[in-house]
Formats: sequence, C-alpha cells, structure tokens
Amino acid sequence: MPFKPVILWTDALIYLLLVLVIIFAWHIRRNEHLLVPWRRVGQSASGMMALIVLALFVSIGLLDTVHFRPAIENNSSTNIEKIYGVQVLSLFDVIVTPLRKNVEKTYSAPFATHLYTRETIELSEGRQVREFPRLKFGGAHLDNPEIQFTTDVTWRAVVGVGFGLFVWCVFVASLVILLAYQSGKKFIQTLFAILRSETEVPWNAMFIMLALILSLLGSALMLSTHYHIFGTDKVGQDVFYQSLKSIRTGLVIGTLTTLIMLPFALLLGIMAGYFRGWVDDVIQYIYTTLSSIPSVLLIAAAVLMMQVYMEIHPELFDTIAVRADLRLLFLCIILGVTSWTGLCRLLRGEALKLREMEYIQAAHAFGVSHWRIISRHILPNVMHIVLIATVMDFSGLVLAEAVLSYLGVGVDPSMISFGTMINAARLEMAREPMVWWALLSSFSFMFTLVLSANLFADAVQNAFNPRIKTLSFVNRKVVSQ
Amino acid sequence: MLNYIIRRMFYAIPILIGVNLITFTLFFVVNTPDDMARMQLGIKRVTPEAIAKWKQERGYDKPLVFNSAEEGVQKFIRTIFFEKSAAMFAFNFGRADDGRDIAHEIKTRMLPSLAIALPVFLLGLVAYITFALVMVFFRATYIDFWGVVLCVALMSISSLFYIIGGQFLISKLWHLVPISGFGSGLDASKFLVLPVVIGVISGAGASTRWYRTIFLEEMGKDYVRTARAKGLPETIVLFRHVLRNALIPVLTGAVVVIPLLFLGSLIAESFFGIPGLGSYTIDAINSQDFAVVRAMVFLGSFLYIIGLILTDISYTLVDPRIRLE
Repeated sequence: MPFKPVILWTDALIYLLLVLVIIFAWHIRRNEHLLVPWRRVGQSASGMMALIVLALFVSIGLLDTVHFRPAIENNSSTNIEKIYGVQVLSLFDVIVTPLRKNVEKTYSAPFATHLYTRETIELSEGRQVREFPRLKFGGAHLDNPEIQFTTDVTWRAVVGVGFGLFVWCVFVASLVILLAYQSGKKFIQTLFAILRSETEVPWNAMFIMLALILSLLGSALMLSTHYHIFGTDKVGQDVFYQSLKSIRTGLVIGTLTTLIMLPFALLLGIMAGYFRGWVDDVIQYIYTTLSSIPSVLLIAAAVLMMQVYMEIHPELFDTIAVRADLRLLFLCIILGVTSWTGLCRLLRGEALKLREMEYIQAAHAFGVSHWRIISRHILPNVMHIVLIATVMDFSGLVLAEAVLSYLGVGVDPSMISFGTMINAARLEMAREPMVWWALLSSFSFMFTLVLSANLFADAVQNAFNPRIKTLSFVNRKVVSQ
Repeated sequence: MLNYIIRRMFYAIPILIGVNLITFTLFFVVNTPDDMARMQLGIKRVTPEAIAKWKQERGYDKPLVFNSAEEGVQKFIRTIFFEKSAAMFAFNFGRADDGRDIAHEIKTRMLPSLAIALPVFLLGLVAYITFALVMVFFRATYIDFWGVVLCVALMSISSLFYIIGGQFLISKLWHLVPISGFGSGLDASKFLVLPVVIGVISGAGASTRWYRTIFLEEMGKDYVRTARAKGLPETIVLFRHVLRNALIPVLTGAVVVIPLLFLGSLIAESFFGIPGLGSYTIDAINSQDFAVVRAMVFLGSFLYIIGLILTDISYTLVDPRIRLE
C-alpha cells in the first residue's frame, strides 16, 4: 500500500457525527411531522443560500478529515517492509498538492511575480544589484511578466469563470429536468416558474448563489495553480492554502464541541427538570458553579494545565499531528464544559414544564418507567431546543477559536487555524511596507463562514421556534469577554 | 430586603467553595507542583534540588490536603490546599512568579481596566438601545430590514478584526490618536478614545439585535394595543410604555456584567497596551504564572456572583411587583 490510513481522534468523532446526521436525516424523512419545520427552512432564501456556502465549506472540511501517512520511497529492494513518513496528510492536501508544495522564499503579494523584499543578486559579470527576485512558482511560466501578466491573469480568470458557468449550466439543467419530472410539468414551464420565483423552494436565489460560487471556484482553480492568489507568508507558504486548511479547524471546533457537551447537557438538564428534589439541587449547583467562572479564565486555566501535562509527557504522542489533534480535541472538551450550562438550564426549564403535561401524567398512571417516559415523551419534545442551540452555538465557537488562539490558549501553534493565521499576521501590519494579505484572506474566509452559519441558524430558528432568542446572546457574551 | 440580601450571600458561599475546589483540582491535582516546577525550570536538565528549591520559594513544598508531620489542626492548616487555595477567601492571593503581591497588583490595575470597560459599557448600552428603538420604530420597513442585515454582518466579524482594523485606520492611516499606551489623569483620555470606540462597535451587532427582539416582543403585548387605542402617538407608546417595560430583560443582561467590568477585556487591553487586569492575565498566561491565573479565576467568579445578587436587587427597583422575600 502506498499509504497508511490514520484516524485521528477528531476524525473519528467527525465520522461519528456524520453517521448521526445521516441517521437523523433518514429518521426525519420517514416522519412527516418532523419534516414540516425543515420544509420551512427550505423556503427561506437567505437560509438556503447560506446552506450552499456551508455545504462547500463542509465538503472541504470533510476532505481534509481523511488522513493518511504516505509511504517513503526507498530504493533498497531488500527491505520489503514499507516505511511511512511521519507527516500526516489528508485527501484535501493531495488534491491541492500544487498549493501545498509551491513554497516561496518569503513574503510575496497576491498575484505577485516577484518577491516582496529586495535581495542581492549576483549578475554574470560579477556585479551585485539589489532587486526583487522572480518567484519560484508564482507566475513562473511567464517569460516577460510586465507585458504578459495582465493578459494571462484575465485569460485564466475568464476561462475559470466560463468553466464554472458551464458546470453550473449542466447542473441547473439536470436539476430542472428532475424537478419537471417530479411535478409532471414541462421543462420550460418549470424553468419559467423558477425564474419568476413561483416555486416553494427559492430555487432562483439558490441558482444565483451557486453560479457565483462555481465561477469563483473555477477562476480560483485556474489561477491558484500558477499564482499565489492570496500571496505567501513569512516562510513562503501559500496563504490561500492556509485559509482552506483553517476551515477544518473551525468546523471541528464548531461542531465537535456541541457533540461532546450534548449528552451531558441533555441527560443532566432533563434529569433536573424531571426528577426535581435533590437531583435538581445537585445539578443546579454544578452548573451554577461552572457558569460562575468567567469562561475565558476557565479555558485558560484548563489549557495551561494541559500544556504542562503534554510537555511533561512527550512520549504519549508519536507525531506532531497526533499531538495537535489531541490538543484540538481537548479544546473542544473544555469549550463544551463552559458552554453546556446554558443549554442545560434551558432543558431543565422545558422538562419542568413538560412533566406537568397530561400525556406524561397519563404515562405515569399507566406505570410506564421513568427511563421510558424520558426517552419516549420528553426527549423528542426538547429536540428542537437542542437543534436550535447547536446551530446557534456554531458561529460563536468559530469566533471563540480565533480569540483563544490569539490569547495563546487555543489550538496547537503547528495547527493551521484562523486564530493562528491572525496571530501571525497581526505583527505584519506594523511592518514597512505592510503585509496585509494574510489578514485579508483570513478575514474574508472567516467572515463568509460565520455569516453563512449565522444566516442558516436564523432560518432554522425561525422555522422551529421563533421564541428562543437568548441562546446566541448568552454564548456570544462568553466570547467577547 | 436586607434579610434577603444576607441570605443570598450565604447561598454564594457553597458556589465559591465549588469554584475553589475546581481551581485546586486543576492547578494542584491534575499537575503536581513537581510538574510545574519542571516546566518552569526547563524540561530536560533539571535537578531534584532545583525543583525542591523552586517549590520551597513558592511555598509548594507541603502535602496537598493532609500534613501528617504536624500536630492537631496544623495537620490541615500547613497544607497547600489551606495556604494556597482556601486563603483566597480572605483575598490572600500570594505572590506572582516575579515576587510581587498579587492582591496589590489587582488593586492598582483595576482602575485602568475600569477606565475602558465602564465607558464601553455605558456608551454601548445607550447606543444599542437607541439603535434598537429606531429599528423597532421603523419596523417592517427597509430601515429595519437593512438594520438587521447590518447587525448580522457585524456579528460575523471577529473582535480581533475590529481592533486590528481600527488601529490601522484611525491610528496608522489617519494619525488621529496614538496606537497604544496609557497615561495618568487627563492624559489618558487620548489613549482611551480608540479602545472605547472599538469596544462599542464590536459589540454592536449582537446586542442591538438582542434588544430589538426584546422590544418587538414587548410591542405585541396587550397594554401596547390599549395605549394605541387611547390615541397615544407611536413615539409615546414606544418611549414611555415599551421602553420601561422592556427594562427588566435588559437589566438581566446588563447588571450582571457590571462587577465583571473590573476584570477588563483580555484582548483589547493587550492590543492597546493598557496596564489593566486583562493584560495582567494575558501576561500570566503567556509566562505560565499559575498563581496569577488561579487568583483571576477566583476573582472572576466572585465578581460574577456579586453581579447575580445585584441583578436580583435591581429587579425590585424597576418592577414594583417583584418583592424579594
């Protein structure tokens, strides 16, 4: 085998999450009453447009989750045993190999053909001049960049957009055919209905968004193989590549934190509300105590302690990737510990209300066990709160990661994330001449991710229950501290 | 009333004990003082004598919870738990790694923190409520719609970018105020303008939107319809009736953070070089000064609990129906 699959801890949890989502979706499809609110989500134009963007981010994140260690080529034929490199790569790394491997010497501006700093170059007749040397990869295919540059970039961008729009046309046409077939109408009729936005699902808004994304993607594809479209950083690494890699870190923090804290919040919250009495007192005491510690300080304290532990026991981690990954997982856990209290309190309140309902009184009268009442009657009736909390927490957690990494209590410094990118780029603003592209790149990627998450969360919240509104605010307070 | 407040104070004690136990577990049980000494002195070349000396200098050379070498009550008193953790109840935080008294540092650094956090809090409250009222007044129009869009967009920007962008635009490009630093007396004001403005803007999205939903919910109540039926103009309805009634949920969010203002803001203070408690905490995190972090955790939860009590008291002031018994 030319590679050895590696399943890191967060990978395993992401696969678990994926399986859960699939089971959940399958379950919803089979139950009409569960499908109704989701149909309402599907009618929200902003929500569906955000969903398309999120789907793009999630697919990049998922590709970046399939990890393996490539084999090292060794020429000695006597050695049958393959040796695998210590570098852990992902499927995404392989797809964007040119981005990953085209490393320059140091800073270069977006679309630059020359380095950002002067260097002393020895000419053939022995003279030395200080000038901006050509880049090794960015625009290296051009013989005379001054003349060819504009035409080359325009041509590549146009071809990229054209390619994107071609894919878009094929996709849209096949989707319209499918829709026409389903509704039993003619192709033209369906197309005009979409154009006039007479469809229930806002297909026209979604198609516009898709066209935008595909043309951006197409031109990025065409340009990034020959240029550094977001420039390079101090050690010459492509900033576009870093931004794409940051997506997975952001998604992991945003989703796994909730996945980890959810069982505790559900179990304790429902138990407190359902059993009341001393169980309620104990659980209330636990979450009041935990929530009374300002979360940044609790996270800082816990991460500091974990750093000490990792420094003292280096033998537990065989590669850097494993170490960085465990640190990321731990960050998710500790973020979960600080953020479950809000959801737990809400669930307790809801369970208190539900236990007085007549159908639960009836279940009691029939002698149904506590466990069965909780799992059959209470749990399904609080799931909408859980869902809203999950989608609302997501964007706050992505933002929290950046702040925590800046404070030095976030992800491992070797792990590419929005926080580490901003942290590295922040001092470059003071440099003369200024290096601005790393910040711009991380800003635009993070803004797109968080904005679409916020819009999608709004759509979900409106569809399920417009009355729960304090959730996101509570969690945002945590981050802004 | 006084009775209630005293009883609330007693409720706070078990919570503080819980916080104390959590910090004790985190800082002394998960990693022993030996581990911390090794970390501070460098992992590789460290002798047992050096560790012992490090621990003795900081008073970590005692057993964790039970000292069998002593007599009587001293068995419990001469321990790390009592001397380092339980002593925090008396605000005796011990010394930082640089030998300074932490309690003294906290006292001197509180004011610069407050100098930023308090204006941000007050200006923010006024500004957000005003914006929210304007949006509610023009509800279901384009002003409201684009206001919400702006709020969501503002919410989606990391606070780091607000600070970096603000410093770049105002200080570096336009040279209006110094980038960072702090002065004493009136001199400080020119350093404070930028952090305060940025602080207000960075919180605008989420808070304005939250206040808007509170006001909108209040708008749907019966008394609003009655007021309109009486023929009151919309402005009077909004400012006299809705605003007053919406104060209760507004207070819940606002009063609880007032004591926490003393802690300052971690990122803003470090970006702007303000010698407050926030930058103190950051420095402690970066230099791994565990004593300071431990003290700040305790102080933070102490202030938060005070905030909760203040919230309860403030309820009675704005809503005469609520009696604290």
